[in-house]
Amino acid sequence: MTQLCIPLARIAHARSGDKADWVDFGLFAWNPAGYRLIEREVTADRVQAHFAPWLAGEVEAWPMPNILALKFVLKGALQGGGARNLRLDNLGKAMAGALLRLEIAVMQEELDQALHAPRVGWWPE
Amino acid sequence: MKSLRIGAGLGFYGDNWEPVVASIERGEVNFIASDHLAELTLAILQKDRQRDPALGYARDVVPMLLRLWPLMRERGVRFVCNAGGLNPHGAARAVLAAFAAKGWQARVAVVTGDDVLPQLLDASAPPDHFAHLFNGEPAASVRERLVFANAYLGAAPIVAALNAGAEIVITGRVADAALFLGPIAHSLGWSLASREPADLNRLAQGLAVGHLLECSGQGSGGNFGSQGAWQAIPDLARIGYPIAEVYADGTAFITKAPDTGGRINFDTVRQQLLYEVHNPHAYQSPDVVLDMGGIRLQDEGQDRVRMTGARGLPPPEQLKVVAGYRDGFKAEVTWGFSWPDAWDKAQAAQATIRRLLDEKRVPHDELFVEYPGLNSAHGALAPLPDAAALNDTNEIWTRMVLRTPAKAAADGFGRLFPWLALSGPAYTCGFTGLHNTSELLGIWPTLVPRAAVEAGVQIEFLGDAA
Repeated sequence: MTQLCIPLARIAHARSGDKADWVDFGLFAWNPAGYRLIEREVTADRVQAHFAPWLAGEVEAWPMPNILALKFVLKGALQGGGARNLRLDNLGKAMAGALLRLEIAVMQEELDQALHAPRVGWWPE
Repeated sequence: MKSLRIGAGLGFYGDNWEPVVASIERGEVNFIASDHLAELTLAILQKDRQRDPALGYARDVVPMLLRLWPLMRERGVRFVCNAGGLNPHGAARAVLAAFAAKGWQARVAVVTGDDVLPQLLDASAPPDHFAHLFNGEPAASVRERLVFANAYLGAAPIVAALNAGAEIVITGRVADAALFLGPIAHSLGWSLASREPADLNRLAQGLAVGHLLECSGQGSGGNFGSQGAWQAIPDLARIGYPIAEVYADGTAFITKAPDTGGRINFDTVRQQLLYEVHNPHAYQSPDVVLDMGGIRLQDEGQDRVRMTGARGLPPPEQLKVVAGYRDGFKAEVTWGFSWPDAWDKAQAAQATIRRLLDEKRVPHDELFVEYPGLNSAHGALAPLPDAAALNDTNEIWTRMVLRTPAKAAADGFGRLFPWLALSGPAYTCGFTGLHNTSELLGIWPTLVPRAAVEAGVQIEFLGDAA
């Protein structure tokens, strides 16, 4: 069995938003096989360690199996809030892209399932 | 079963109202609800009001209604918005004046009472009142710098205004989703006061609907964050904003007008469901606390998603307040260097500026630097090429931002740069930022007892029904 390291972007999609100094993320698997992987691998600690070189805030996480999603909140992420943040991305709207860079370890077979099992959502050709 | 259809208006001050035309003309909506107030918008409106006391509202509501009202009026569609900002009466007067110039009439309800700045400014309040919601810091640390403070009202005044026959409802700060829950509860006869579990669950469905619709195109395939999937969302130039069809038992369908772009499916809807939510089992609002843990989203195909299973819990005894306080100034400049040695030249120029700041003893708290095109979106998580590769790259852009308590220091920052064009490293271009001081605002989230706010909520009617 081969173990691989893949970025979350391969098997999930994400959106981020802001409230005061917190940035929140929804991370979404395309199907149940993908959800099993993100639920196992993408813990609050992993997300905190991923952002730590840039933003040192605490992370809280909630699993949402009913919609194959994980919810994360990264605290202290915006230099005190959007209206005093000096970054171009003062509201953290591009930060979900940074979450999708996070690399997780998966077995080849698990990855194949996540990539090839049908998506739950309706995506007409 | 009794039902209504409600469509999304704007998702922020400055959003596009043209997609709302399709919702009105072909979407069979009974209501449009429009959210003009992001968390920071009141900061912008505060600056407007300082310049002119007649302002302080989201001015786009006037051209928006000039475009949409004739279409709404002939179909009996009613309109609810929070464009009143810090001055709901000013917004209503501006709308009615613009209507009068066209010979139009409308019965407009104005909801006020969200302004709690006087309470926060009251230095005799107990020291633990209005403490920072996240870190517990006492309000005294920002009291003298506060510029606005508004409580998030719920749907009750919107329901009351609609019950009394308002065609247009203009509020200040209300919970974004309440703009939608109001018309839903009004149309379906739901009680906002009931604490019966079944009633709370229906309110929770209505709140979830509002949450899905409050960000306009973000609920119908816009801003779909993904690698390689967003391309399958058709025709964003003609995006249809989301529309909800809500039944008396709370069952809801999210859809959009026929023959529009965008996509409504499990994926686009759930991205919005979790957007700007913290604990998804306790999404707070003044009317009901929503637990999303049992929500089911089922694709019906053809841009239609069925939503059931929201659970409601009794609303909190306190309302959320967002206040803003003056927090110094920033000034920013951006400029580029081209190949060859672009990276080293950018570093040399930056070192020169740092030395000038030192020598001139320019007071500042922070000098923030990022490189647009390299790392401004993802900071330290953006992998950078090594220095040799960066020197060989086509161009390097530097963005430098000064944070300072002294306005004069911010005003002078841009003037430190122009001489570098002739006396600094070569092949520079694109300098901007000679004059661009702006005031920074800190956001102060806190809580206020709801009874103290609700006693001051008022609904006034202006204008006449057509």
